[in-house]
This record gives sequence, structure tokens and C-alpha cells, in this order.
Amino acid sequence: MSTEYEAVIGLEIHVQLSTRTKMFCGCELSFGDEPNVHTCPVCLALPGVLPVPNEKAVQYALQIGAALGCELSPVSTFDRKNYFYPDNPKAYQITQATYPFAVNGRLGEVRIHHAHLEEDAAKTIHTGGGGRISGSDASEVDFNRGGTPLVEIVTEPDLRSGAQVREWGQLLRATIRQLGVSDVNMEEGSLRCDANISVRPVGSDELGTKTELKNMNSFRFIERGIEAEVTRQKEVIAAGGEVEQETLHFDPSTGELHSLRSKEEAHDYRYLPEPDLVPVVPSPETLEMAKSSLPELPAARARRYEEIGVSGQAALLLSFEVEWAEYFEGVLEAGTGIDPRVAANWVTGELAAELRRQDDRPLAESKVGPAALATLINMVAEKKISHGSGKSVLEEMVSSGAEPESVVAEQGLEQISDSGELERIVIQAIEDNPKPAEQVRSGNEKAIGALVGAVMKATQGRADGGEVNRLLRQHLGL
Amino acid sequence: MADMQLLAASGAETAAQIAAGEVSADEVLDFWLSRAANDRLNGYLWKSGPESAREGGAPGGPLSGVPIAIKDIFCTEGVPTTAASRILGGYVPPYTATSVSKTAAAGMPMLGKTNMDEFAMGSSNENSAYGACLNPWDTERVPGGSSGGSAAVVAGGLAPWALGTDTGGSIRQPAGFCGIVGLKPTYGAISRYGMIAFASSLDQCGPLTRNVTDAALLLEVLQGRDEMDTTSVGIEGGIKAPTAERLDGMTFGVPRGLIGEGIEAGVLARFEDTLIRIAELGGEIVDIELPHAGHAISAYYVLAPAEASTNLSRYDGVRYGLRSSDEDLLSMYELTREEGFGPEVKRRIMLGTYALSSGYYDAYYGRAQKVRTRIVEDFDSAFAKVDFVVTPTSPTVAFRLGEKTADPWTMYLSDVFTVPISLAGIPAISIPAGLAEPDGGGPELPVGFQIAAPAFSEQKLIEASHALEQAIGFDGSAALEGGAR
Repeated sequence: MSTEYEAVIGLEIHVQLSTRTKMFCGCELSFGDEPNVHTCPVCLALPGVLPVPNEKAVQYALQIGAALGCELSPVSTFDRKNYFYPDNPKAYQITQATYPFAVNGRLGEVRIHHAHLEEDAAKTIHTGGGGRISGSDASEVDFNRGGTPLVEIVTEPDLRSGAQVREWGQLLRATIRQLGVSDVNMEEGSLRCDANISVRPVGSDELGTKTELKNMNSFRFIERGIEAEVTRQKEVIAAGGEVEQETLHFDPSTGELHSLRSKEEAHDYRYLPEPDLVPVVPSPETLEMAKSSLPELPAARARRYEEIGVSGQAALLLSFEVEWAEYFEGVLEAGTGIDPRVAANWVTGELAAELRRQDDRPLAESKVGPAALATLINMVAEKKISHGSGKSVLEEMVSSGAEPESVVAEQGLEQISDSGELERIVIQAIEDNPKPAEQVRSGNEKAIGALVGAVMKATQGRADGGEVNRLLRQHLGL
Repeated sequence: MADMQLLAASGAETAAQIAAGEVSADEVLDFWLSRAANDRLNGYLWKSGPESAREGGAPGGPLSGVPIAIKDIFCTEGVPTTAASRILGGYVPPYTATSVSKTAAAGMPMLGKTNMDEFAMGSSNENSAYGACLNPWDTERVPGGSSGGSAAVVAGGLAPWALGTDTGGSIRQPAGFCGIVGLKPTYGAISRYGMIAFASSLDQCGPLTRNVTDAALLLEVLQGRDEMDTTSVGIEGGIKAPTAERLDGMTFGVPRGLIGEGIEAGVLARFEDTLIRIAELGGEIVDIELPHAGHAISAYYVLAPAEASTNLSRYDGVRYGLRSSDEDLLSMYELTREEGFGPEVKRRIMLGTYALSSGYYDAYYGRAQKVRTRIVEDFDSAFAKVDFVVTPTSPTVAFRLGEKTADPWTMYLSDVFTVPISLAGIPAISIPAGLAEPDGGGPELPVGFQIAAPAFSEQKLIEASHALEQAIGFDGSAALEGGAR
């Protein structure tokens, strides 16, 4: 019997903080400006300069720590991580290697080992030679990004598959986005994720040799990269080999993994305590504020929505994006007695789909306010219009911004509430369609669909499906 | 005013003469510029022209018109700053160190940038890439280091006073060798912003002056919290000019266990004389122990090189200073550092890199940190019993050029009394205690007397030093004329 292997995955996530200025100097942070316009002696590491920590960055970091359920350290310290590269003008990065600002947290099912503050490197562009420094014709450095405040979040190896990493990563991104402390945009690099991957026999407590998958710029690619690497490791072991410690890059265009460096080429960072900085000692008030100022975070919000009856999937969708959550709650507020489950389905289903169909419009630009949608939902719930008509009303509302009442009136979609009239149409439909009528009578209930369709066609969708069904069954003697 | 009077006047006296209208600031500046222009000690690496010097000192400051020499480790906007290294040859910083901005704001024109050991690594000034600096008492001898240029120009009458930096004794030891006053304040008393880093947890700016009063005046200008240096806190209450004449009620601890082997007879004699002076002034001499101070040099030569190895990694030839080759990136890096750094700097980079390497950290850096903590505790216990700890500043008087360059360890031992204090981060001053013959004979040379005090008790330290200085009555005029051709 062959051994079953499982993947064991831990993540290191870098989050660029959206402070106004850099981590250790007063230079402005802005994405997409001319190269090297936001620099000063400090972030260029000219001789004699000293770093001064950005208090706002410390505050943002503490908020992240609190949101991840971490213990916030009353004292944290900075260290120097030495490495020589053109993107790093001091030849060391200031980071927190020994006493980070937050430890022992949890988000969802994943434990957080710690989170620490550090500074980002400058941006390098190597021209010629395949984009790597060796063999390139020239290397250009843009120091605008150098010194951007970063929070690195390190998880315990609690994840087991690429799909789980994607889902958890999305939860993490939604959580940090809601704090308003980062753009968490993976394409722009304000959220970056490395994965440490190993495999082990199912049931084992030991960790296998891990490889590190570097810096992928979407959760979809991370998922694919991890799956590719897990498959590779399992194959290596199945063939009697051993996984070797190395750093890998996943190319999403080819689906291939490339080795960036082996264990032998690993850096010796020669960490030492940063003598230029005194320890970070947040005041008890600052620590308290980081915890008490937390907004309702996605995980908690999803739980709350589920408690009021929203389906699990819709609750997650609404919780990940605060603007959708706010919209949904606006609908509940405007529509008295509205069923949260129904409202959630309209928001995450019909409205989201319609916005996507119409120029992929973001919710913020929607012409349909929560109150208008609530009115529409109520009209359907109260059977003033059919569900089908509701959808076409919404289409018009999304495109023109019209009120639901006026769309219903204009298009004459008011449901046929005169049961005498509807009954006449039902009888007519049975007469016009003898074949399905006969089938229903002889026990094939599915055939009733054709008759419902005929009624709907005759009423142009203005009939209530339930009522049509009831009348049909009555007249077919069921 | 006669030149001799200008030359003999202390910084404080010159400031008073200018304020009283006895001499104009222009006259003073012209006098000192012409002295500096005739530097025969190789004390200056760069000298101000009349225009640039005048621009430097703002009028109306407390010390307006008294020029100052600045160690070439301080960055000065528009003025070459090399830290006496080839690797910073031609480097002109775009900003000015906080300490230099403060002396300028106090009205002091900058006379020039003084010679030093490369990146402040050395005890003789022989590690300068721009030639050794000479001792004005005997030009065949070293002025000490690393602030050798600052000490030599003050002692040799090429500047009224100067700024230096002290990492393991770099202000106190050259002050002792040159017969002047050198004060290393508490770590954190003065901003380090703009001081080219050697060992960041130890580097501290301080004055080199003719007397203790001048040191007090400069310290008051320099001290203070700086937003650009989070490790700076300043000295609460500031610093006033000293007035004490007696030492009644004060206790002076002598770490006899430290003052033993390797100390010159003449140095020991002047040290004992000074202890008698202290007693005559009403001070009490007490034997104390600093049980771990004997390990200070070993710990220091792990910690300081470790920090230096990371501080000096940025010199890669890309953004400023020397660039040796343009062939390809790697050989440019390697050749620039090969040609740009001198042997002592390379030795310390290698020592420090090794000490921080994975697998060696605990054995070297971690261990040295523990020794440092023990030394801090030693001083804490000492100061529970005494007000001050006193030692000779150095075990020898100024040695001959080339005498110790072949043996780094012997050179390092010349800081045996100053290094423990640096590791403890506490303030200490070196004042001239008289002259002594070197072992092996020859003309008499200055001997320094070091007084250390608890952190941030500079005012007390300055008062006691002032009283003792008055009693000693050291005369440094023999060297004063000799600095200029």
C-alpha cells in the first residue's frame, strides 16, 4: 500500500502600509511617479544619516496585529538584516527579527506566528539578460519605493492546499483592506505573498523539507503555483528521491517552476540589533486604541450575517468587501420586514450580475441605491410583480437609475392580481395545449412546466408563478 | 590685538573679547585662517576660504566669531567630507550634520575639516588615507586618534577649539596626547545625525578644547534632543560654565586592578600626583573594582567591528565617492572597496563580518554584549559608592610615528582605560595632568587624566574637572606656536 502524502503550507505575507510618508524618513509615498523624485539623504543611505520611525506606520502595524488577534508587544525592537544588492542602499534592511510588534494570533483557521515591521527595498529594473541582474546590460534603480513601511505577517504551517491558501489569503486581504491601512493590491505589489511548502505522510507530525515559492502577484497564481509544487514534491518522493531546500519561482504563463537559489546559495543575513533605533514602546493608550478602534472584520461579519439567515456563500461574499456589506445593510434598513436571506441573494446575485453585465461597473458607481433595491425586493415579496419581472426591472434600474415603481408602471409589469382574469388565461392555456395537459393528468407532473410557460407567455410574465401553479393543478384535477 | 594674545586666548575669552568690542570677529577669523593656512601638522584635510568661513557663523550667537575646526567625520553641505578615507574621496554631502549646524547657529565660523583615522578607526591618526597627523609637542610622534587632527590643531594653535568624535577613546586619548581637554559626553547627549557612522552604539560627538570652561560652553551648544536621531535625548537642565574651586565631599574611585601592567612610569607618576591634588582640594580617594573592565578591549573589538561591518557595507562606488572600475558591476564593487578602504578598516570589516556570521553570533557578538552588560553593572556599583571614577587617559604618552602600526593589538591597548567607559555609555573627560618622559627617555610629553561620571551628570563632571584643572595649572603654551610654519 502506498503512503498518502499531505501538503503543509505556511505563508509570509508582506503588506505595504499606506502611510503618507516612508518608514524611516519624511519622503512622500506615491505609486507611479517619475523615478527617484521621492528621495532624501536618509532613504538614499548617504553617509551619516539615521532612521526615524514613522509613528503612523507603527500605529497601522498595531491595528493589523490586533485584527489578526495577536498579542501586541509592549516593547519591540529593530534589527539589521544585512544583504548587498542595488535595491538596498544601506546594504542592510531594518526589520524586526527578534522582538516583533505582534505575536501569537489567529485569523480563521490559521495561526499567526508573528507580524513585524520593516522597510521595503527600492525597485530595480534589469534590462537585457532576461530581467535578472546577472547578464543584464544595465540595471536601473528607482528609490521612490525604497523605505516604504511594510508589515510582514508570518503564519504557522497550518494550510493544506493551494485552494485553502487562496481562500484564506482573500480573507486576510479583506481584513486588512477594511482597516484602511494598505491598498492590499497584489498587482501593484502592496500585498505580496511567499509560501513555504513541504509534504509529509498523512498523520505525521513532522515537517518535511520545505521549499519557498516566491512573490506571486495574485491568489489565483499562488493557488496554481502551490498545487504545482505540491505535485512536484509528491512525485520526487514517489520516485524515491528527497525534496531539496530551495527557493522557487512559479511562471503562471507556462505553469513551470524555476529554482532561484539552492540551500548552498542561501544568504547569511548576519542579523544584529539596530543600534540607531531605540525600542518601540507604544503607550498603553496606543495599544488599547489599536484594539478598540477595530471595525467589524470580515470573519466576524460573515458570522453575524449567517446568524440572521444569510446563506454561507452570500455571507462570505458580502463580508469580504466592506462596501457590499454596507450596501446590504442599507437594503435591510430601507426595506421594513425584508428577509435578510432574500436581500442577500438579490445583492450578491442579481445586482452583482447585472452590474457585471453592464460595463463591469463597480458598486460605488451603481445608479441603484439600497433603498430602490429594497423597494424592488418588497414588490416581488408582496407579489406585486413576479420574480422574473423583478429581474428585468433591475436591469432597467441599473442602466437608467429609474425608480422601480416607474419602471413597473411604464413596462406594465404589475402582476395580474385579478384572480378571475388569471383563471381565464389558465383555462385557455389548458385548452390550447391538450398534449401536456393530458400528460399531467396521467401522472407526469413535470409536464406542467409547458403549461406554466404558456400562461407566462400570455401574461408577459406578469403572473405570480405560485398562483399559476395552483390554478393549473386545480383545473387539471390534481 | 596682538597675534600672541589671540593665539593664547581660549574660546570663551575670544568670545568675550569680541562681545566687548576689543577685537572684531573679522580680525579673529583672519588670524585663525592664516594660522590654519600654515598648518605644518597635516591637521586639516580641508581648509575654509575667508568667504565660506564667514558664511558659516551666524552673527548674534552666544559664541559668535570664535572659529571652530570640525573633524572630517561630520557631513558638511557643499564641503568635502571624507572621514579620511579614499572611498569618500571627492564626496561633497548635500546636507549638514546637526552638530555642525548648531555650532554655526551659535555663530562659529568653520575653519576647516580635520584629519583623523579612517572612519575613526585608530588610536594614532596614522590610518588616515591622507597622511598621518603630527603631534605639535613633537612632530615625530602621533597626536593620538582617531580625532588626532582636532586635538593637534587645538594644541598646536591652529584653531581655538574643535569638534571630535569618540567611539572607544577617540576624543580623550588624543586630547591626552596633545595636552588639551577632551570631553566625551553620555551616549545620547548629542545628536549623531550627520556623523559618519563607525560603531553606532558607541559613537558620540564631543569638544576638544584648551580648558574645561570651553568644553562646557561647546557642550551646551551641542547637547540636546534631535528629531533626526531617536537615540539623542540631550542633557536635562543644560550645561553652565563651571565655577567650582574645591572638591570637598566628592569621592573619586580608583580601579587599581585596571591600572597595572603596560603603564609607563611617567604616566603613573602624574596620575598619582593628580590623586594628591584631589585630596588637597578636599576630595576623597577610594579604591574600587571594575571586575569586568579587563575584558573591555576584547568585547569592544567584537562589538565595534560588527557594527562597522554593516555601517560600511554601503560604500559600493555606485552613488557617491570613489568608483574604481567600470568593467562590470561585481568587479566595480570589489575594486572600489579594495582600493577605497585602508588596511585597518578592512581588518575590522572582516572581524565584524565574521563575528556576526551564522553559527558564530552567540560565541562572539552575543558574548561581547554580555560583557558589555557586566561592565555597565560594574560602573553602576562603583557609582553607588563614589562620585567619579578616575584613571590615566592612556597607559603611555604619545608614541612615535610607526611605533605601533605593525601590531594592532598593542595599538588597541592604548585605549584600555577609555574603552570600558565607552561601553558603559557614560561621560568622561581627559584633562592635562602635566608632562612626563616617555619610557626609554626623551623630551617630556603631556599626560592625560581621565574622570568618568554617571550618565548625564556632565555638569558635575565639568565642575570637578574645572576645580582640578585650576589646581594643576597645566601650561600648554610650548606646543601652541609650533603647529604653524
